[in-house]
Amino acid sequence: MGEAIVITSGKGGVGKTTTTANLGTSLALLDKKVCLIDTDIGLRNLDVIMGLENRIIYDIVDVLEKRCKISQALIKDKRFDCLYLLPAAQTSDKSALTPEGMVEIIDELKPDYDYILIDCPAGIEQGYKNAVAGADKAIVVTTPEKSSVRDADRIIGLLEQEDIEPPHLVVNRIRNHMVKSGDMLDVDEIVQVLSIDLLGIVADDDDVIKASNHGEPVAFQPNTKASIAYRNIARRILGESVPLLSLEKKETFIDKVKKAFGIQK
Amino acid sequence: MTTNKWITIKGTRDGLTLFMNDNCSWDELLIELDEILSAKHVTVDEPLITVKIKLGNRYITREQEQALLEITRKHNKLVVDQIVSNVILKEEALNWKEETDIKLHNKVVRSGQVLEVNSDVLLIGDVNPGGKIIATGNIFVLGNLRGIAHAGAKGNREAVIAASYMAPSQLRIAEIISRSPDSDKEGVPMECGFIEKDGEQIIMDRISSLVKSRPQLNAFERRIMNG
Ligand SMILES: Nc1ncnc2c1ncn2[C@@H]1O[C@H](COP(=O)(O)OP(=O)(O)OP(=O)(O)O)[C@@H](O)[C@H]1O
Ligand SMILES: [Mg+2]
Repeated sequence: MGEAIVITSGKGGVGKTTTTANLGTSLALLDKKVCLIDTDIGLRNLDVIMGLENRIIYDIVDVLEKRCKISQALIKDKRFDCLYLLPAAQTSDKSALTPEGMVEIIDELKPDYDYILIDCPAGIEQGYKNAVAGADKAIVVTTPEKSSVRDADRIIGLLEQEDIEPPHLVVNRIRNHMVKSGDMLDVDEIVQVLSIDLLGIVADDDDVIKASNHGEPVAFQPNTKASIAYRNIARRILGESVPLLSLEKKETFIDKVKKAFGIQK
Repeated sequence: MTTNKWITIKGTRDGLTLFMNDNCSWDELLIELDEILSAKHVTVDEPLITVKIKLGNRYITREQEQALLEITRKHNKLVVDQIVSNVILKEEALNWKEETDIKLHNKVVRSGQVLEVNSDVLLIGDVNPGGKIIATGNIFVLGNLRGIAHAGAKGNREAVIAASYMAPSQLRIAEIISRSPDSDKEGVPMECGFIEKDGEQIIMDRISSLVKSRPQLNAFERRIMNG
């Protein structure tokens, strides 16, 4: 019986879809059977990043409205036999997708997959509620910006009211030089405010954008900073304890004390 | 001191105190009260007399209280200052308990969330930016206070706000509001906010200063007796 994980953030454009595509790819690399579900009706992206856009015939709304069977709508990945995508509808009315519909679909998929990753749309409205409906776990993505952390906090508050495990955090698009210069929140600060477990850190990396543009998630590449980060997250999802990549020298205890008392920034 | 059948009158420096028997019927009591007050003639140039009414272990309703006040008012120069009963309704007692209690919450108050408490509150956890904690009494945060805290929300200016780490976006006590400076200042550990006597703004100080500025925080029983 598989596990359904929703990837959400509150704020738009922080990397939910990128994270979904790369975690899906990383889990497939680890021989897990994975199904990705795009719930961003009207703004579907996941198929583009996966490079599967031209194979779409049916979508999630077709499944719900019984125009096709779920197996007909699922698209097999180009690179892995164990990776599938259920695309969002691009044209239909948003209200065609409902929480009940999502639960139905996920229940049908669960016996056949190890992991079902649900790409959530931005916001806290209906789209969010649909995406969360069938999930057992949640991953919250944030960037190291105040507004993004604020929205992540809001989402975590909402997730805590759902019947799912406490969410895990992915901090995306960290830029080392900005953290060092104090112009960007550092990961410790973010984790302290959000007080949930950290699942991983992904650097801001041009390779991510390049790879997405070529329809091949960066995690597929052997050795970029970002691909290693995504694969580490996947291993942590499997329950391995993988140490965090040290992005920079860790603050010493004394530094922290000094900072707490305002002696040093 | 004059003793009648049901009512004992005692004169004090501040006026009259009427001790009402709490076993007789209410109607009898009212009749006797009317008689006693009619008998006592007061002359026009005497000053107003304040009256305290002690009901003993008798509970009276609002209507009964009104009747009492009316009878007393009928007679010139008498002002009812206080009506005291030893008993209260269960419901009032529960309210009372609730309002003088300290409620413990163990959670993070996140952006968009409001934690509202009808007493003092001890939060074990943070109030994040965009989150809000409101209490009719004092607020103690065993964690980081980064959002908004509103103590004494029903107007109690004696209320205080204390936090292990104080970096709020806003503090409110009763109707007084203070916001953090716009500069990106770091917070302060172990700090509290309160209103000084006759003050019109919230003062920040180390938590240890509360011993001096709010000694009554200790005297829990006294707070009960004062309602
Ligand atoms: N680690 C990264 N490094 C560099 N660019 C990134 C990284 N993660 C995401 N991006 C870029 O950020 C943009 C937004 O990413 P993405 O579409 O995954 O966000 P989203 O949260 O799904 O957005 P939406 O809310 O619109 O669905 C994309 O252009 C993506 O390539
Ligand atoms: Mg997206």
